[in-house]
Amino acid sequence: MTDLLIKSADIIGRGRQDVLVRDGRVAEIGSLSAKDAEVVDADGLVLLPGLVDLHTHLREPGREDAETVLSGTRAAAKGGYTAVCAMANSYPVADTAGVVEQVAALGRAAGYADVQPIGAVSIGLEGKRLAEIGAMAQSAAQVRMFSDDGHCVHDPVLMRRALEYVKTFDGLVAQHAEEPRLTEGAQMNEGAVSAELGLPGWPAVAEEAIIARDVLLAEYTGARVHFCHVSTARSVAIIREAKARGANVTAEVCPHHLLLTDEAARSYDPVYKVNPPLRREADIAILRAALAEGVIDAVATDHAPHAPQDKECEWAAARPGMLGLETALSISVLALGGPSAVDWDVLAERTSRTPARIAGLEAHGRDPQPGAEANFTLVDPSATWTVVPEGLASLSRNTPYAGMELPVTVQATFLRGRATVLNGKIEEEMSE
Amino acid sequence: MKHLLTTKELTREEAELILDVTEQMAEAVTGREVPKLPALRGRTVVNLFYEDSTRTRTSFETAAKRLSADVVNFAAKTSSVNKGESLRDTALTLQAMGADAVVIRHPAAGAPQRLTEWLDGAVLNAGDGTHAHPTQALLDAYTMQRRLGGVEGRTVAIVGDILHSRVARSNIWLLTKLGANVRLVGPPTLLPKDIDDWPVEIGYDLDDSLKGVDAVMMLRVQRERQNAAFFPTANEYARLYGLDERRLALMPDHAIVMHPGPMNRGMEIAASVADSPRATITEQVTNGVWVRMAVLYLLLTNGESK
Repeated sequence: MTDLLIKSADIIGRGRQDVLVRDGRVAEIGSLSAKDAEVVDADGLVLLPGLVDLHTHLREPGREDAETVLSGTRAAAKGGYTAVCAMANSYPVADTAGVVEQVAALGRAAGYADVQPIGAVSIGLEGKRLAEIGAMAQSAAQVRMFSDDGHCVHDPVLMRRALEYVKTFDGLVAQHAEEPRLTEGAQMNEGAVSAELGLPGWPAVAEEAIIARDVLLAEYTGARVHFCHVSTARSVAIIREAKARGANVTAEVCPHHLLLTDEAARSYDPVYKVNPPLRREADIAILRAALAEGVIDAVATDHAPHAPQDKECEWAAARPGMLGLETALSISVLALGGPSAVDWDVLAERTSRTPARIAGLEAHGRDPQPGAEANFTLVDPSATWTVVPEGLASLSRNTPYAGMELPVTVQATFLRGRATVLNGKIEEEMSE
Repeated sequence: MKHLLTTKELTREEAELILDVTEQMAEAVTGREVPKLPALRGRTVVNLFYEDSTRTRTSFETAAKRLSADVVNFAAKTSSVNKGESLRDTALTLQAMGADAVVIRHPAAGAPQRLTEWLDGAVLNAGDGTHAHPTQALLDAYTMQRRLGGVEGRTVAIVGDILHSRVARSNIWLLTKLGANVRLVGPPTLLPKDIDDWPVEIGYDLDDSLKGVDAVMMLRVQRERQNAAFFPTANEYARLYGLDERRLALMPDHAIVMHPGPMNRGMEIAASVADSPRATITEQVTNGVWVRMAVLYLLLTNGESK
């Protein structure tokens, strides 16, 4: 493999340097020149540690018409990601060592991003009996994070046992916080808009009640809990207090909860249907502040591809979820102040370093320094782009940002020194 | 007006135009030997009903036939991802058949709005989930106009299950637009959250809310709601929110009692009140035909060929 020389990249906003990559790792940083190296001119570009997504639905196995590990990781690379955590709600559910190993193997074969499977907490995501968490942890996929995402682990006994159990290997439970009785039939945020539209409401308290309970369980068991897609102002307040007490909890926020509100439901277009639902302007302001501050630890996409027939229908019949991998970086920049005001170090912390730490992905989320794996993305902070659904790398088209102009483009993504994206284009044939 | 989806999107002028044309329809047809007008001859109106509602479907069918339109009844099973044809495919089918107007009743809020994206004809909302039922509100306004001499300045109490009522949602916007004062009355469990911005008064005590009203509109309450803890028992509901003779006496003498039907006698309305001369229930049914004639006429002719 020839050496790679990235010339005059602004390293995480700290100033321009050259980065020499050899055998997939950073060899040298400074003012460099190298013969025989492939040179990437990064003048005007910001180099970030490759993004890490804690929450991706790759749909394979089971719904390969909506997304595959290959198409989903191509979308990830296009969005600047070098690692994604694949949620367990596939068909079959990732509740056995066999399924998580299959997903990990598909990721390696695709070659566009490291795929870290998340295991189910309960068999079939049914919330009744624990899945073989130990077997998944000991499998080749080395699962550390467990989640019934899409469903809440609502039984307090099951949640307690799962937390106690994952402690043995420093694992964690990623909770989809949704009290199921409070959200029966729910279609959108409960509030003024749902009252008018006549769509059954998903009350904020259904999320907050579970977060409050699980904070207490985390403290009681001494185990780690991660909260998926935190969407309300009061959830932030509960997490803030918990962290102040030293509870071992972390939280993620999705890009769509940082930008869109329940007003979008007025169109009755299910492209805006997502779980948890889009909330109010006031929630967005609190979530953005909490992300900047670090009360919310990470941005996670909840990338949820859906086939056309699951969205081109009436609202109540549509599946919840929206695409996120290719737009997350732009929206994170927007939420953190826009391309001219954003603190690139904070951006790297929330989109790469912290999520890598939460997921236990040691080779990711590392700033360029000699010896570190060369997992980077190069972004153009002064460029803008318009979201065209047909132009996305995902197999699905359910982006809520169609037609929107967003800041910041991904110019290149490197996974262990190999470009998965170069000049803004996905490299073909990554498989080794 | 291309479609009629909600009363919220109607301007006051459009609402008044519909009520004026309703009056003309009533006059043009009443007392005629053959109660039919040629206005929509050669036009096709499709009744696309995903919920059983013989009353509303028959009302629309009668209205369309009195305007000489061809009527096709398309009874459809509730669409779900796995069962039956999708709403979009049904829409494309109707489009291919050349439907000039589609009257849709659907259990999912927003289904009529989705339909407008898939077909060119006029879409008329005949009730979508708990969202809207605009022709019901228009016929209610027309009934008030006939019985009370107008809507402006009148006070209307809408009583019962506001949360699940498309009739209430449509009446709130229409009646306030036409200048009425609207009071919503019901147990807090059956009122939507966060409606402080609605242009209405909210009350929990029916006796209080009946003082000084010109009309009271009793909503149908499903007995089964007691199973989901919206109220303890049907009996307690009737005691607190049912309109009986004692409460009828609290209302001014001229005030009328309305109900969109079908009624639960003994639940939200006592049988004697339902049958009293102050109840306008059958009159509302008659007026429904005139209103639906007016709406079909306006949507399909743009008011051009009188």
